[in-house]
Amino acid sequence: MNKGFINRILPFSSVDGPGNRTAIFLQGCNFNCLYCHNPETINICNHCGKCLEVCKMDALSIVEGKVKWAKDNCNHCHRCIKLCKYNSSPRVFEASVEEIMAVLKKNKVFISGITVSGGECTLQIPFLVELFKEVKKLDLTIFVDTNGSIPLWNEGEFVTLADQFMVDLKSIDAQEHKSLTGSDFNIIVDNIKYLSKLNKLHEVRTVIVPNLLNNRRNVEETSLLVASLNPLIKYKLIKYRGLGVREGLINDSSPTEEDMNKLEKIAKDNGCEDVQII
Amino acid sequence: MEEVLNVIKDKTLTYQQKVIGLARIAENSINVLSIREDIEEYRQEGIICDLYEGNAPYRPRYIVPNYEKFMAKGSEFLGLKPPTDIWEAINNLLILYKHVPSITSFPVYIGNIDTLLEPFVTDEKEARKAISFFLTHIDRTLTDSFCHANIGPLETTAGKIILEVEKELQNAVPNITLKYSDETADAFAIQAIDTALVTAKPSFANHEIYTKDLGNYAVVSCYNGLPIGGGSHTLVRLNLAKLAEKTTEIETFLKVILPDAIEKMVTYMDERIRFLVEESEFFQTNFLVKEGLINLENFTSMFGIFGLAEGVNHLIQPQNQKEKFGHGDVANDLGMKIIKNIYEIVNQHKANYCNASGGKYLLHAQVGTDFDHGISPGCRIPIGDEPEIHEHLLQSAKFHQFFPAGIGDVFKFDKTTKNNPKYILDIIKGAFTIGMRYFSLYCTHSDVVRITGYLVKRSDMEKLESGEQVLHDTVVLGLGSVKNQKVLDRRLRKDE
Ligand code: SF4
Ligand code: SF4
Repeated sequence: MNKGFINRILPFSSVDGPGNRTAIFLQGCNFNCLYCHNPETINICNHCGKCLEVCKMDALSIVEGKVKWAKDNCNHCHRCIKLCKYNSSPRVFEASVEEIMAVLKKNKVFISGITVSGGECTLQIPFLVELFKEVKKLDLTIFVDTNGSIPLWNEGEFVTLADQFMVDLKSIDAQEHKSLTGSDFNIIVDNIKYLSKLNKLHEVRTVIVPNLLNNRRNVEETSLLVASLNPLIKYKLIKYRGLGVREGLINDSSPTEEDMNKLEKIAKDNGCEDVQII
Repeated sequence: MEEVLNVIKDKTLTYQQKVIGLARIAENSINVLSIREDIEEYRQEGIICDLYEGNAPYRPRYIVPNYEKFMAKGSEFLGLKPPTDIWEAINNLLILYKHVPSITSFPVYIGNIDTLLEPFVTDEKEARKAISFFLTHIDRTLTDSFCHANIGPLETTAGKIILEVEKELQNAVPNITLKYSDETADAFAIQAIDTALVTAKPSFANHEIYTKDLGNYAVVSCYNGLPIGGGSHTLVRLNLAKLAEKTTEIETFLKVILPDAIEKMVTYMDERIRFLVEESEFFQTNFLVKEGLINLENFTSMFGIFGLAEGVNHLIQPQNQKEKFGHGDVANDLGMKIIKNIYEIVNQHKANYCNASGGKYLLHAQVGTDFDHGISPGCRIPIGDEPEIHEHLLQSAKFHQFFPAGIGDVFKFDKTTKNNPKYILDIIKGAFTIGMRYFSLYCTHSDVVRITGYLVKRSDMEKLESGEQVLHDTVVLGLGSVKNQKVLDRRLRKDE
């Protein structure tokens, strides 16, 4: 049976695509962004057991060499996550397609569809393909939130099953991208073009971090790219917020409203019709 | 008559509020109802409560005029001909509103205002101006938040203008309900949500369920479903929280205490209705009856309950949050059992002058009032105990089938949902699919807030608290509820 590593399932989400969606966050990411807001989603737990020491609720234990999380005992204090030096979380669980479908069936009448996110969800494509086939039977839409690092043109079945994609384009400069994420960006831009051709590109996003990134250039060029593909594609400008970010990696504050409005104007002037500041 | 002098000297009451207050004292100075001693005891204890209805019912509590008929025929008594343009239409309506009685002296229902005005919308710009005057006039003269307008279910130009104008005006009055069905266009529903996130209205009524239960209905006052062209003689409520305190035994409560209290309450309601219909001369003399805008045949009466959560929690004594009403299976099952029992016993009682509901009283989940300290409305899960929204909806919806005369839940959303109003529409669609009857929403950041069923401005409550006069009488109730029922502390629905 095909199982996925899941960080969290959010039954109702208002911010992961249009309408109300059940957001499924998969564990594991191939990027290591300096400003990552959820660093505990980066690695699959190595079961070192260190986090057991800080849990005061008896929610963690080691069973057959693996960390086990007792959800009902947990008070969501996040002490375990803060302690973990390995960018992981003991609360990650393995779930089968059937287990996830049970959650979706219960909430089906309330949602437009699902969004798979992460971590980086495309690292678990075989599992997602199985899941998507079942989700389609419920007549729900499927959105994929990805960093665009896996060449999607090689993943025909996966792309066909998904309805829409939301892609992060973190920087438009090869070197800046590399130093921020640890990865190259060519594949991402190619994915953006590929998905847009299929009419499956719902949104492109750029995170604005003052001082660290050349935000102006990123927005300038990304918005030109988006507008050239289809001006109706949503272009989201996301304010960097310190919350959840690892200490000591970047020392930066959130952009001001004025900064954001200026960037929004650039994107609109470049032809993007649906620009949103988050 | 110290009470009279107190009203006269009260610095926070407007002139009109004093006149109504004095009338209430006069009515309560006589005792014309014959009330059994044991029933009176329950009234004194606050277990049975008629919510300011007064000692001598001389008008039905909720009157639901057939405004469609009024628009078609005009009124002989008021000397009004059917309107021919939008200005005559709003003028006629505003005149009639001043002559629709209730216990607050303000109408609790002012019509399906979009469909009433739609035939007169010829020029959109002019219609916008007329509707803006109309709604402002209502807010400044019908100064009571129980005054309720309906719109929908179909999208109309008038309906869209009403939503647009309300979003701008941000008035507390009137309360508005969108009758929502499969036929309501998504764009119209989303416009309604967009408006509600700014000014806490409209709420959404499950049109299909209401129509099935009541036929041609209106949502009036807080969220009371009642037949058009009729109304409800009375609303009396049973305090389940206090009643439960009479015992610690679940069986005793279900088999002895509850049936006995229901008998007391229906007997009391019978007597109120008898006086109103047979002695007060209302139905024999009022022009609304004579001109067929209301008809005794379309009347019913409402058997209200509240404090189910506290009643259940008292009986089962939960050891932790997970065992409480709204969370634990034992508590939830008991809650359901109590409501089913009430439904069955009330339905066995033959109620006079309630032909609109087949000679039975209709159950109503009453929203509580300002002096209910720590007692939750109807079957609601107490503020502070609310589970995650998906669990909350599934748990609440189960009760809605038993309450044709009104039940609803209020949800508070974060301002980020303004970017994605379809998120809320999806939730409402789901809620209605599982049988929820009524859904209200507001946003954390708005001035107009939903107290329990009605709307009040935060800024008005602040004024009143500092001793200033405020135009709307319901601000007093709102302020009491903020203090006693913690209504501003509802769980914030973000993403969960
Ligand atoms: S979550 Fe981190 S600290 Fe805990 S066992 Fe896994 S790797 Fe170790
Ligand atoms: S968040 Fe982690 S440390 Fe806190 S109670 Fe849950 S498992 Fe234990």
